Amino acid sequence: MATDILMPALSPTMEEGKLAKWLKKEGDPIKSGDVLAEIETDKATMEVEAIDEGVLAKILIEEGTEGVAVNTPIAIIAGEGEDVSEAAASGGKPKPNGAGGHPAPTPDMQAEGMAEKPAPAAKTGSDAPKAPAAPAVITNKADEPVMEEFPANTPMVTTTVREALRDAMAEEMRRDGDVFVMGEEVAEYQGAYKITQGLLQEFGARRVVDTPITEHGFAGIGVGAALSGLKPIVEFMTFNFAMQAIDHIINSAAKTLYMSGGQLGCPIVFRGPNGAAARVGAQHSHDYAAWYSNVPGLKVIAPYTASDAKGLLKAAIRDPNPIIFLENEILYGQSFPVPQLDDFVLPIGKARVHRTGKDVTIVSFAIGMTYALKAAQILAEEGIEAEVIDLRTIRPMDSETVVRSVKKTGRCITVEEGFPQSGIGAEIVARLMVDAFDYLDAPVLRITGKDVPMPYAANLEKLALPNVAEVVEAAKSVCYK
Amino acid sequence: MDAAKEPAKDASSSQPQVASPEAGSSQAGSPQVIEAHKPAPNMPQFTRAEDLHAYHEMLLIRRFEEKAGQLYGMGLIGGFCHLYIGQEAVVIGMQMASIDGDQVITGYRDHGHMLACGMDPKGVMAELTGRRGGYSRGKGGSMHMFSREKQFFGGHGIVGAQVSLGTGLAFADHYRENGKVSLTYMGDGAANQGQVYESFNMAALWKLPVVYVIENNRYAMGTSVARASAQTDFSKRGLSFGIPGEQVDGMDVRTVREAAARAVEHARTGQGPYILEMQTYRYRGHSMSDPAKYRTKDEVSKMRDEHDPIEMVRRRLLELHGVPEAEIKATDAKVRETVNAAAEFATNDPEPDPAELWTDILLDAHA
Repeated sequence: MATDILMPALSPTMEEGKLAKWLKKEGDPIKSGDVLAEIETDKATMEVEAIDEGVLAKILIEEGTEGVAVNTPIAIIAGEGEDVSEAAASGGKPKPNGAGGHPAPTPDMQAEGMAEKPAPAAKTGSDAPKAPAAPAVITNKADEPVMEEFPANTPMVTTTVREALRDAMAEEMRRDGDVFVMGEEVAEYQGAYKITQGLLQEFGARRVVDTPITEHGFAGIGVGAALSGLKPIVEFMTFNFAMQAIDHIINSAAKTLYMSGGQLGCPIVFRGPNGAAARVGAQHSHDYAAWYSNVPGLKVIAPYTASDAKGLLKAAIRDPNPIIFLENEILYGQSFPVPQLDDFVLPIGKARVHRTGKDVTIVSFAIGMTYALKAAQILAEEGIEAEVIDLRTIRPMDSETVVRSVKKTGRCITVEEGFPQSGIGAEIVARLMVDAFDYLDAPVLRITGKDVPMPYAANLEKLALPNVAEVVEAAKSVCYK
Repeated sequence: MDAAKEPAKDASSSQPQVASPEAGSSQAGSPQVIEAHKPAPNMPQFTRAEDLHAYHEMLLIRRFEEKAGQLYGMGLIGGFCHLYIGQEAVVIGMQMASIDGDQVITGYRDHGHMLACGMDPKGVMAELTGRRGGYSRGKGGSMHMFSREKQFFGGHGIVGAQVSLGTGLAFADHYRENGKVSLTYMGDGAANQGQVYESFNMAALWKLPVVYVIENNRYAMGTSVARASAQTDFSKRGLSFGIPGEQVDGMDVRTVREAAARAVEHARTGQGPYILEMQTYRYRGHSMSDPAKYRTKDEVSKMRDEHDPIEMVRRRLLELHGVPEAEIKATDAKVRETVNAAAEFATNDPEPDPAELWTDILLDAHA
């Protein structure tokens, strides 16, 4: 019986790839273990091996074809003794761009916000927040003029988050010889998630440093180098592994300035993917935004768009303080317009009103924005105008932008993939109690990841993560609709 | 003052209590250090000037630490206070082999290292008392002082953390190709931490200019080396990484300086890290409230009487170099005066302004 060869996935988050090369041609005999073809994505390449014996009856996808969806049949193998031409004719139905099989569950990637130009944001520049110099007392300046973060006529280039992060590092490394990047597989391998692609070639092994698998040690070495005045970018393959290194992040990096009476700053960026990818289980799916958000002496950034990723990573590298820069594996491949400017740097500590609305405020950040924006679209169809705020920086948190919005809408929900207890949503709720209590027309609701370790099974994982329907329902609920 | 953490102060007692025979095991009293004091055939010699220098520097640490113990007993110093008494020859011998710009980083038993780096005793003592004139403006305390000017990078309270950080200082030296060396100190207790070996691996892999100084004072808090370490020869702890190491008589400042010169030269000439196990001894307890049940009184007094690093130098000054006793006494008086002035400053200096609570959390990004 004829067998379809399906387009394989290289990783749980892969949705499509390029069929780079066929190593067998039609009519060739095939035995188990033979390499049939080579597959490429922007992250990696792999060989497709035969599992079945027989003859390669028909190639369904020509080599060089881009955008082949995972699980699309790419060839047909005729079984032993089977008529090859018959098998070729009766085999799988080619679906070059169809969604063959069951792709790994991923959060809804339909980022309609991508097409939007970033909305006018809060004030920038000279009056950026000073060090948190007193207990959080919010001064609301509701009628402040808003400023664009770049001139309106700036040409925009469609860029993936992955490229934006790489560009930010490359630009800052060109600008300042004290900036270097270290981590596992950042150099020769070009980055486990290809974020450091090309950096070794441009900057050499002195400034793009492959480390052994030794997070505690290399985080400490990075902090030591930073205390002596260098500006390391420490990449964690994921922030889950930074648990091995968290002592240096908290005790050595975040506290030394204070403990030294202001003598020893620590200009370091810890960056890497944070939170759930897809189907990687509890130890590789933790969202640490709330953890690091708890620590004075750190700044915590978690961008959603490529433009923010670039502008904020550049700012982070220049910042004289230790920065936690939380990325997201699922967002790496997403494209957004990025302003084509020689030096695009965004202010740390400023939220952005991503979509304006008058009925309910949805506060989110990072991949949470994908649920928030999709929900806002659905709500709009039902006559509810949601204002979506992207926090962008978790610490220092821009309560001012949130409070200003809530004073307008009177209702608020928060969206994050992290756990509910002591989460970012909980923090926002607490701040609104103090700063917008009299303006609230409904209790603030939180949409979060469920209070369970991340399960592996596809259906359970989907249940553990937030979803658009939950956001829509919560928004309606606070609007009493 | 947060004395609650150290409820059973015994600061006034310079002699630990007698340990029970069960607790004071023979392992604890192993002759490792004492044997190292057999006169070596080729014992390095110091000039008169070198011995005078070493005497002054070590005595300053001794008197400073005694005063700190006293101020602790008076309730002027709070929290933790780990005294360096007995180990003075280690840091002074190391400093005699280093050059300006070499970095020093250590754990929590750090007052001696700060003084050896040339930090002002007033600023150190005022930090111990939590006053505004302290090196960290009263916000660090005994375990957390720094001086960029003197290239002293702390003062770290997490056991072993300074080893990765010190390796990072060496990484920066290597990156800048500045010819400087990182002197990274740890105790025998820290030498069992995992990150020490992660650091050894990377330091050897990248040939970083770092000298790891393992101050083996034979007790990690109350646990003797033999009870905590499968390999008690700490000079061998880098062997699997190809890091050379040697055991050094850490009670004799001359042997320390000689070994240090070798190690520092190795690191400075691009040959990578080097390990020095300094066999030393602390006379006082781990911190101020030490039950002293883990070693015998005899063990302590034997070390003090026969191997005191300062007394050895004093005898050499008198007997070998013919320094008049009056000159030595003048040095003693000068050191006492320095320490008393530091104590007086640290006692009278005001506490930090309450507004300091909210400073130094983050640096201004636009500065």
